[in-house]
Formats: sequence, C-alpha cells, structure tokens
Amino acid sequence: MNFGKQLKEGLITQNPVLVQVLGMCSTMAITTSIMNGLGMGVSVLIILTASNVVISAIRKIVPDKIRIAMFIVVIAGFVTCVDLLFQAFVPAIAESLGVFIPLIVVNCIILGRAESFSYKNGVGASFVDGICQGLGYTAVLLVMCFIRELLGAGTLAGFRIIPEQFPVGILTLPVGGFLVLGCLIAAMQWALSKSKEGK
Amino acid sequence: MDQISKLLAITLGAILANNFIFSQFLGICPFLGVSKKVDTAVGMGIAVTFVMGLASAITWVVNEFILVKFDLMYMQTVAFILVIAALVQFIEMFLQKSMPSLYTALGVYLPLITTNCAVLGVALLNIQESYNFIESVVYGVTGGIGFLVAIVLFASIRERLVFAEYPKCFEGFPVALVTAGLMALAFMGFSGLKIW
Repeated sequence: MNFGKQLKEGLITQNPVLVQVLGMCSTMAITTSIMNGLGMGVSVLIILTASNVVISAIRKIVPDKIRIAMFIVVIAGFVTCVDLLFQAFVPAIAESLGVFIPLIVVNCIILGRAESFSYKNGVGASFVDGICQGLGYTAVLLVMCFIRELLGAGTLAGFRIIPEQFPVGILTLPVGGFLVLGCLIAAMQWALSKSKEGK
Repeated sequence: MDQISKLLAITLGAILANNFIFSQFLGICPFLGVSKKVDTAVGMGIAVTFVMGLASAITWVVNEFILVKFDLMYMQTVAFILVIAALVQFIEMFLQKSMPSLYTALGVYLPLITTNCAVLGVALLNIQESYNFIESVVYGVTGGIGFLVAIVLFASIRERLVFAEYPKCFEGFPVALVTAGLMALAFMGFSGLKIW
C-alpha cells in the first residue's frame, strides 16, 4: 500500500475539512479549547477507522439499495461505544463536548468516506484511509483550537500564555468559529493554487 | 400561565437567541450547501422545519415509551437516527404520491435531511433538557423556523455576493463562512434578550 500518498491526501490535498468541506458543524462548535479538539479528533479518528474497516468487510454482502441505512447503523453502533467510553473514563471532556459526540453519527466525513472509499476498496486500504482522513480532521481541529484558545482566551490547554486583559474574547464565541475556519480555508486554497503554479 | 411563558421562552430562544445555525452550530452543511438561491433555500427551510417538528414528536414518544420503559437508554443514538431515516424516507414517498410538484422542487435535498445534524440534534437536546411532549414539538418546530430564517437571510446575501469583489483565494466557501460569521455577530445581539 502507498501509505505516504494516502497520508498526504488526508492531511493536505484531500483534507476532509479544508478541501472537501465536510463535517463543519463539529469543527466550528467544539474548537474552543485544545482538550476539546483533541477529544473530538481522537473519537472521530477511532470511529472513522472502525466503521471504514467494518463497512469494507461487509461491502460484498450488503445490497446496494439499503447500503446507506447499513452504513448509518454501523456508524451509530461505534459512536455509542465511544460515547459510553468517554462518559466512563473522561467525564470532563464528555461534558464539554456534550451533544456533539452522539452527533458524530451524522458527521458527513464518516458517511462520505464510507460511500466514496471503503464501499469500493479492500479492508487494508480502508483501514489506512480511516487513519489518514482522521488525522487530517484532527490536525485541522488542533490548528483551530490553537488559534481560538490562544487569541480568544489567552490560554493553551488551560495554561495562561497571554495576560488576562489582552485576549480577543470574540474568537471563542460562535462568530470566531466562522471567521477562523473561513480564513483557514482561504489560506488552504491560496496555498494549493500556489503549489499548482509552481509545478 | 407558567406553561405558556415557558413555551414563549423556548420559541424566542430557538428562533433568535439560540439560533440553531448561529449559536449552536447545528445544520451547517445544508446551510452552506443549499443557500445559493433564495427559492431553494425557502424550500429546504420549510422541509427541515417540517421534519424537525415531526422528528421531535416521534423521538420523544419512542424515548418515553420504548427506551425508558425497557431500560435501553444507551440505544438512544441508534434508535433516533433510524427513526429519522425512516421518517424522511416516508415523507419522501408520501410527497411523491400526493404532492409531486413540491417533491420535484425539493429534489435531492429531501433525502439529505437525514444527515442534517439539526434534526438529530433537536431530538437529543429535547431529551437532555427533559422537555415534555408539547415543549419538544414546539422546540422542534421553532428550531426549524430559526433555521428557515437563517438560511433565507443568508441566501439573499449570497445572491448579491456574486457581484462583490474579493481576493481570489476567498472564492466559494471562505467568503460564505466569513459572511455567516458576520451574521452570527448580528444574531449575538439577541442573546441579551432575557425572558422572565
């Protein structure tokens, strides 16, 4: 398997958030602190990989007509597992992510990968694809958390970096989510068009 | 009287102060995807309002009389998404038979409502806030109306945005997101709205 190529696609050229523009809701809603972003990123990574593997394994016995329903059932099963695990072992993160953990079920990234990749490819490739796409998603979450927490609250993972009177509080509000993500996608489009010109 | 004022608070909150799009980030995908034209935005908004209202009613009943009764609370996510998927499928079949003109107008957006996180979100939030049946339905419908207001406003701005000049790298989604951000800023003005 060409792991390097898939990793590059997941992180940069086919990044699920910045290029495919999927899964926006969670990306903007929970990226107010690094811990939240890490928790969300890891849970999506786990669910995406697991559901990719299962869907790719059962792809030959699932009739074409009911495949979307099957995908959703598989994904919902894994989401429930992760939800319960979070509540049991890291209740603080589960609390702050709130309704967005069960909402991973309708996160378009997972359904999108099931439909466009793992339904057509083997188990091994789907496993790698799940990890790469999950890493791409997590990376974007962390960048957004970093910007919003550092500039909006003046802290990083709870530690104070910028003195209390300076931070731009509006970045931690919903407005900041829209603005930061908009600018990040713009930066990504700029970088991609630059690298195309270079070639 | 108490009940009425609570319902009023839910209504105002869902439409203005806690708008699903601008302060809870639910349903962003269709919000960005189906907002290029005002006509389709209106259709989508009405369809979502309808599904959200019905979904809150049915999921409340399912939760109360099946999941709680048989101690199956951990099946919530799975059960709700199945109910919503079945509901959307059913509405699709119903519209196709009885109102073909509306059916063709909504087109591909109808099945896409299944993966609209506002619908599953409202079902889960109803349980989280332990609303009763009437409150759940009101919350679902008014949440949908909030979505309708947001998407129609946004679509009318986007129609004019076509003529605006902005840096090339902001084309497409970035400029839409920045616009949505500014609208969220405007909607933040409602958050001071205290009700009783």
